Amino acid sequence: MSRSRRRRLFSNLVVFLCSAAVLVALVPLAFIFVYVVKQGFSSLNWDFFTQMPKPVGEAGGGMANAIVGTLMLMGIASLLAIPVGMMCGIYLAEYGAGKFAFFVRFAADVLNGVPSIVIGIFAYGLAVLPFKRFSAVAGGMALGFMMIPIIARTTEELLKLVPSSLREGALALGASRAKASFSVMVPAALPGIMTGILVAVARIAGETAPLLFTSFNNRFFTTRVDQPIASLTVQVYTYAISPYEDWHRQAWAGALVLVGVVFFFSVLARVVTRRLERMHRT
Amino acid sequence: MKILRLLALTAIALACALSPASAENVQINGAGATFPFPIYSKWFSEYNKLHPDVQINYQSIGSGGGIRQLTNQTVFFGATDGPMTPEQMQQSGGRVLHLPTVLGGVVPVYNIPGVDAKLKFSGKVLADIILGKVNKWNDAAILALNPGVKLPGTDITVCHRSDGSGTTYIFVDYLSKVSPDFKKTVGVATSVNWPVGVGGKGNEGVAGLVRQTPGSIGYVELIYAIQNKIDYGSVQNLAGEFVRASVESVTAAAAAASTKMPSDFRVSITNAPGAGVYPISSFTWLLFYESPKDRQRARIMKDFTRWALTEGQKYAAELGYSPLPESVVKLELAALDRIRA
Amino acid sequence: MGTGFFALLVVLLVAGIGVQLFRTSHLTIAKFGFNFWRTKTWDPVSGEFGALPFIWGTLYSSVLAMLISTPIAIGIAIFLSELSPGPLRTPLTFLTELLAAIPSIVYGLWGIFVLVPLVRHFEVLTPPWLKKVPLFSGPPLGVGMLSAALILAIMVIPFSSSVAREVLRAVPASQREAAYALGATRWEAIRAALSYGRTGILGAVMLGFGRALGETMAVTMVIGNNPQVSASLFAPQHTMAAVIANEFTEAADDLYLSALVEIGLVLFVLTVLINGISRFLIWRTGRVVATEEIDSTPLAASEAGA
Repeated sequence: MSRSRRRRLFSNLVVFLCSAAVLVALVPLAFIFVYVVKQGFSSLNWDFFTQMPKPVGEAGGGMANAIVGTLMLMGIASLLAIPVGMMCGIYLAEYGAGKFAFFVRFAADVLNGVPSIVIGIFAYGLAVLPFKRFSAVAGGMALGFMMIPIIARTTEELLKLVPSSLREGALALGASRAKASFSVMVPAALPGIMTGILVAVARIAGETAPLLFTSFNNRFFTTRVDQPIASLTVQVYTYAISPYEDWHRQAWAGALVLVGVVFFFSVLARVVTRRLERMHRT
Repeated sequence: MKILRLLALTAIALACALSPASAENVQINGAGATFPFPIYSKWFSEYNKLHPDVQINYQSIGSGGGIRQLTNQTVFFGATDGPMTPEQMQQSGGRVLHLPTVLGGVVPVYNIPGVDAKLKFSGKVLADIILGKVNKWNDAAILALNPGVKLPGTDITVCHRSDGSGTTYIFVDYLSKVSPDFKKTVGVATSVNWPVGVGGKGNEGVAGLVRQTPGSIGYVELIYAIQNKIDYGSVQNLAGEFVRASVESVTAAAAAASTKMPSDFRVSITNAPGAGVYPISSFTWLLFYESPKDRQRARIMKDFTRWALTEGQKYAAELGYSPLPESVVKLELAALDRIRA
Repeated sequence: MGTGFFALLVVLLVAGIGVQLFRTSHLTIAKFGFNFWRTKTWDPVSGEFGALPFIWGTLYSSVLAMLISTPIAIGIAIFLSELSPGPLRTPLTFLTELLAAIPSIVYGLWGIFVLVPLVRHFEVLTPPWLKKVPLFSGPPLGVGMLSAALILAIMVIPFSSSVAREVLRAVPASQREAAYALGATRWEAIRAALSYGRTGILGAVMLGFGRALGETMAVTMVIGNNPQVSASLFAPQHTMAAVIANEFTEAADDLYLSALVEIGLVLFVLTVLINGISRFLIWRTGRVVATEEIDSTPLAASEAGA
């Protein structure tokens, strides 16, 4: 029983523990996923996508308004966050060495970590109270604030990966720094930046807390952005804590659709990343 | 901050400009009590069928929320089960009209595995359970009221509201009337400092909690107990009878109040005198500003309210609410004119 | 310099959040001062506000969640970056990343209908002698601290393990090779990699902690929402984020609202601190790009190889 034997035994033990960690964590996690899919599928039907919610206690109905609402909120958030996030990222990539850039980067990181419920309070004060209305814009704004840092940081990272020879070439041809940035660097990095945007969208699509007191909820179908609007997440929450079996069923269906939306964007982001990797390799 | 506000302003202005400004499709937002939510959602849905161009969006966020959001003017109308306090009236920045819409009863619901009997509660015992002084189901005080029922020795879990709530208001208003001890330690408001228990959001949340928690007791509006098939007990009234909440026994509670209704309709009818009266009964109110800025919406809401007070009352009973006494409806129809539209 | 304006906007946004929270909470800050954080009466009726139960609930649930999730998350990270057989690695990595992206409301839904009944089941089975220990006292409700900590742990595991895996991947292969060359066992090589990336891993754990502190929906659905300071795992409690979600729209008077916003302010300040510390730690490990979820490191790697 030499020391080396003990060392090897201990090593194997660690290897075993790590594998066990994967089993005890990932397997139940995968189980949650399967459970949601199972419950969701058994509750999902065509009405879910085409019908409005029914009055309390009446069975049937769907979440058509909430699905459209969620899509609209995502759209408004993207409209706000993509330009701001990208511009901010471009700034960081171009002038990233300075003291100010350090602050910007830190601010973006903080913004990324601020609990979404706090963003909700902020958006309530900024876009609900002064205008005396809950609105889709307020909700979209809250979500947009959460997207900005993700987009900004990916843009920055991606721009840094563009070979500097490209920029130098543009500059040598007499382009201004801004021109080089926008017409050469950004297009080169654009596909990569897209993945950042997709990841950001995937993250906000599942947010509930910041919507509770910004976009509020709406029983009716609306596409007006200055009115309260339904969203899948808030609707799932409302239904989940209710005592009605039929609403529970719909909450599961809503959860499945949500997971579907989120996964769609996550997987899309991954596929784009893959293709980029391949492109870079060749 | 300035820049941000400016940006927000531009965004919203732009949004309003871009939105199809369809005059024929009006959306009116309201928020508040969860207690009348089932009948309100029925009403708004029926009214929408009669007037397809009017969408009244009601969100049941709790009575406290209804008052707050009305005062912030983020919604056009509010709804509450506990009338606004004098301080709240002062802060509201305009005269607020309370209009009773229906009556409802709050029932003590419980979930005791193995017990099917309908339990009897007295106000005092109920107060002591909520205060945590009576904390086992086989406590002598409960057994004394329920001879012949075999109750287990399990712990009582009190489920209450975690949000501001008119249901809470009615319940604690009653308990404070029957138990000086309760009045001293807890008091009356839409949200209170509970000595024990678990919190759920909304009537739905409490009903859900009770259903999911063996050995629990909670309080919900009657319809939530019926729709969820949760057992609820009878409560001893001022005349000493044990009465189960029903459309009739709740209406009976309003009888006394309807003859001497104050002009602002803010009246408590818990622990009302008389035979056959269910003691934890209350009106529930819609809240309107008497001079709202938006005259068009005010006109529509007046029309809706008139409909709800007359035609709409027929939906009350089937949903477990009690329709308003005729005399009260008459007073209210007159009071509707106080809203300038 | 157009882009600078947008960069400034981001800074203003964060500053704006801080300023607005501070301004809206001045009532309680002025009235209660530091007592707000020391007292435990939360009584909207009499206008008495003490936030201790919420701080307690937030810290208790988050710390507990970290105790459960950290060893598991690090184990997964090690497995994925050091041990996993090739064909397993990609699907497992993909799975962790997808799980990190499941919305918290979905975890909450699962929590209400699966986890809570399960926890209640185990609580009912607790033998009486064990109930005498304060940690396990109280009636078996299912909803409560234990459910909250478990759901948080479940949610944090994929997140922390993704970040920790990135950190380990960024450790140069030479570190491990050197260890093997010296005759190290597998564990000893891993240990070399771990100690090389330890600050980064600490950063990953801190980020997970930050997540747990601010998590709202899943927690409020299973914790029982009752403000009390209790050591018991079975007791329903409350957290800072949950009380805001529950009571913000209905805070009927200004003092009440101010109290809720002050809780938000503290969450914000905590975020700034935790992010400051953890980003600093991750940054110190050097090359790790600590963007969340899926980041650009695969690109960076292929770029370096090209």
